[in-house]
Amino acid sequence: MITPASDSKSLARSSKTIGTTHKASTPPTEPLVIIEANDSWGSVNLRDLWAYRELLYFLTLRDIKVRYKQTLLGGTWVVLQPLLTTLVFTVFLGILVRVPSEGYPYILFVYTGMLPWTFFSYAISTSGNSLVNNAHLITKVYFPRSILPISSVAARLVDLSIGFLVLVSLMVYFGVRPTATVFLLPLLIVLMTLLAMAVGMLTSALNVKYRDVAVLIPVLLQLWMYASPVVYPAGLVPGRWRQLYELNPMTGLIGGFRTAVLGGPINWVSLAVATSVIIVLLIITSIRFRHLEHQFADIV
Amino acid sequence: MRSPMIQVENVSKRYRLGTNQLAYQTLRERLVDIARPRLNRQKNGKGNDNTIWALRDISFEVAKGEVVGIIGRNGAGKSTLLKILSRITEPTTGRINLYGRVGSLLEVGTGFHPELTGRENIFLNGVIMGMKHRELARKFDEIVAFAEIGKFIDTPVKRYSSGMYVRLAFAVAAHLEPDLLIVDEVLAVGDDQFQRKCLGKMSEIAGEGRTVLFVSHNMPAVINLCPRVILIEKGTITRDDESASVVRYYLSSHRANNALREWPDIATAPGDDVVRLRKLSVVDEGGEACPSVDIRQKIGIRFEYDVLRPGQQLLPTFSLITEAGAVAFWASDRDPQWGNSPRLPGRYISTAWIPGNFLNAGTMLVSVTITRVRPTHRHLYEQGVLSFDVMDRMGEDTARGEFTGHFAGAVRPLLPWETQFAPKTE
Repeated sequence: MITPASDSKSLARSSKTIGTTHKASTPPTEPLVIIEANDSWGSVNLRDLWAYRELLYFLTLRDIKVRYKQTLLGGTWVVLQPLLTTLVFTVFLGILVRVPSEGYPYILFVYTGMLPWTFFSYAISTSGNSLVNNAHLITKVYFPRSILPISSVAARLVDLSIGFLVLVSLMVYFGVRPTATVFLLPLLIVLMTLLAMAVGMLTSALNVKYRDVAVLIPVLLQLWMYASPVVYPAGLVPGRWRQLYELNPMTGLIGGFRTAVLGGPINWVSLAVATSVIIVLLIITSIRFRHLEHQFADIV
Repeated sequence: MRSPMIQVENVSKRYRLGTNQLAYQTLRERLVDIARPRLNRQKNGKGNDNTIWALRDISFEVAKGEVVGIIGRNGAGKSTLLKILSRITEPTTGRINLYGRVGSLLEVGTGFHPELTGRENIFLNGVIMGMKHRELARKFDEIVAFAEIGKFIDTPVKRYSSGMYVRLAFAVAAHLEPDLLIVDEVLAVGDDQFQRKCLGKMSEIAGEGRTVLFVSHNMPAVINLCPRVILIEKGTITRDDESASVVRYYLSSHRANNALREWPDIATAPGDDVVRLRKLSVVDEGGEACPSVDIRQKIGIRFEYDVLRPGQQLLPTFSLITEAGAVAFWASDRDPQWGNSPRLPGRYISTAWIPGNFLNAGTMLVSVTITRVRPTHRHLYEQGVLSFDVMDRMGEDTARGEFTGHFAGAVRPLLPWETQFAPKTE
């Protein structure tokens, strides 16, 4: 384990003074960094993460820039991806199967689910692969490894905000006015980001160890989407499954997202359940990640 | 005694081969692992046959301002030590105290992204290596000037020539200002000019009183830069002393076998049904195999080969390659008696003599080939099959004379100089 000693800056300064005067015969009382083996079940070191916040920022920026530079249509994809899936579901479920949509035009109903879902699933799949894809960094330089999955999730927030433009146009087109519930949006986005980080970090760490995980991610995400009220309203789920269904944090979050955008009564219970599940997941991830982290450079 | 920068205490690093520590697993393998009978697994564990100690009980201390070289063969554990010091991987046991900010250069251009521009990559790469954004912004112009890329700064680096790419990458690295700089073989990449620039920057950093750990195979560079050298062999420190003596010990203990190669079994000896190489050696004046030679002494490259089929014109040739990988020269057998006439079957022993005061000091690798002349055909080619060391000397009878600095070049001939002088007339 690697422990930065208490106040790194002041220590660096004090030890430097000793170095230049050449007078001290005893070592500085405390080293700046201690490196030793540690398999203990600590959690991700938040102070270390804070010290490397600039790296987090630049890696996020890199992800965003590369994504928008590399593809032919650039940013257009960010809009097209959820929009096209929305259209597909509108045709099949909205027009052919006639899935109920809580009284809203089906296309608007699906898009309000598809927009957060696209953010969430894309965040997880990119952060799940982030450690493996950046193996060249992990084996060459030190930084808190959690920065890689976290920055991948952060970069997707830009996609999400662009996707909002389409949402606004749809609302204008269908004449839906936002209500006071819209102030719930920032909280929902924070919760969704935290959930994506928790799942993404755990997946990325497991992916380093077991490469099958990369293959599993898209399959599991697909299942997860159908287990969340993205293309159908939560009300369709039969009563006896309802409690289990609510344990899926995305149930509360997507439902909440829809309420925030389209208005209606807020389901606080559902949001509270989601928040609790997210906190539990964050704790588990942070412990597991810390436990696996020290092997990354050796096995990636 | 000066205050310490690094204290390494009993550090060991174990890798498990074939299981989850060294290589990633697939889930199936893991499941098979779990399902495997317990007894079986225990047997494997006890046998310890699939673990490797890359480092074993390493302890040393480096004081502030010291420049220390780390040498050793490939696989001796140098890279593992660097990775532990750079906090990339953790030791299995032991402890290291670092009393300052560490910058490690295990390669240049870590994290460079081809799609991003030079400007964007300077910031990204700099931050990855631990610099602050403000620090980078301040040094930005300096970095661009050092890299000599000028107006290409806003071009994606994928359009850079490889030279420009390396220059930019090194420029960022060169502006790293840690308390402790760890450098690994970075100098092995790039052309001669670039290597010189790197070495120059390295000695500049060392001259500023910063602590440097320098891992390299380039012995002359190690001797030039580092007053103290640590030798790592099979995961342990076997020498830790003044550089010239450690390097001398290392070369003599490791190169001894490289001055002589024999192929007792003709069937597996290099060659074909026309000619087979049987023995190669670097010999001194007396004809004894010798791994190192005084720079003033002549040295011979001796071929022993069996010609199996008559009627071929054969040309033994060798080349010398310096430690830096530069070819010093090629030389072929120009003896008119053998070079131009078909050979009879039998054993041949040919020796090429390299005069004293001709090669530069350092390690030379020998590559050999035997070719047919008309039409050209290569019967065998052995690359870097031998090596020997040319030991530096100074004084009257050397090309160095009384000069003590770095002597560049693959060769260091003692040339006859002629000077004409016309006294200044008033």
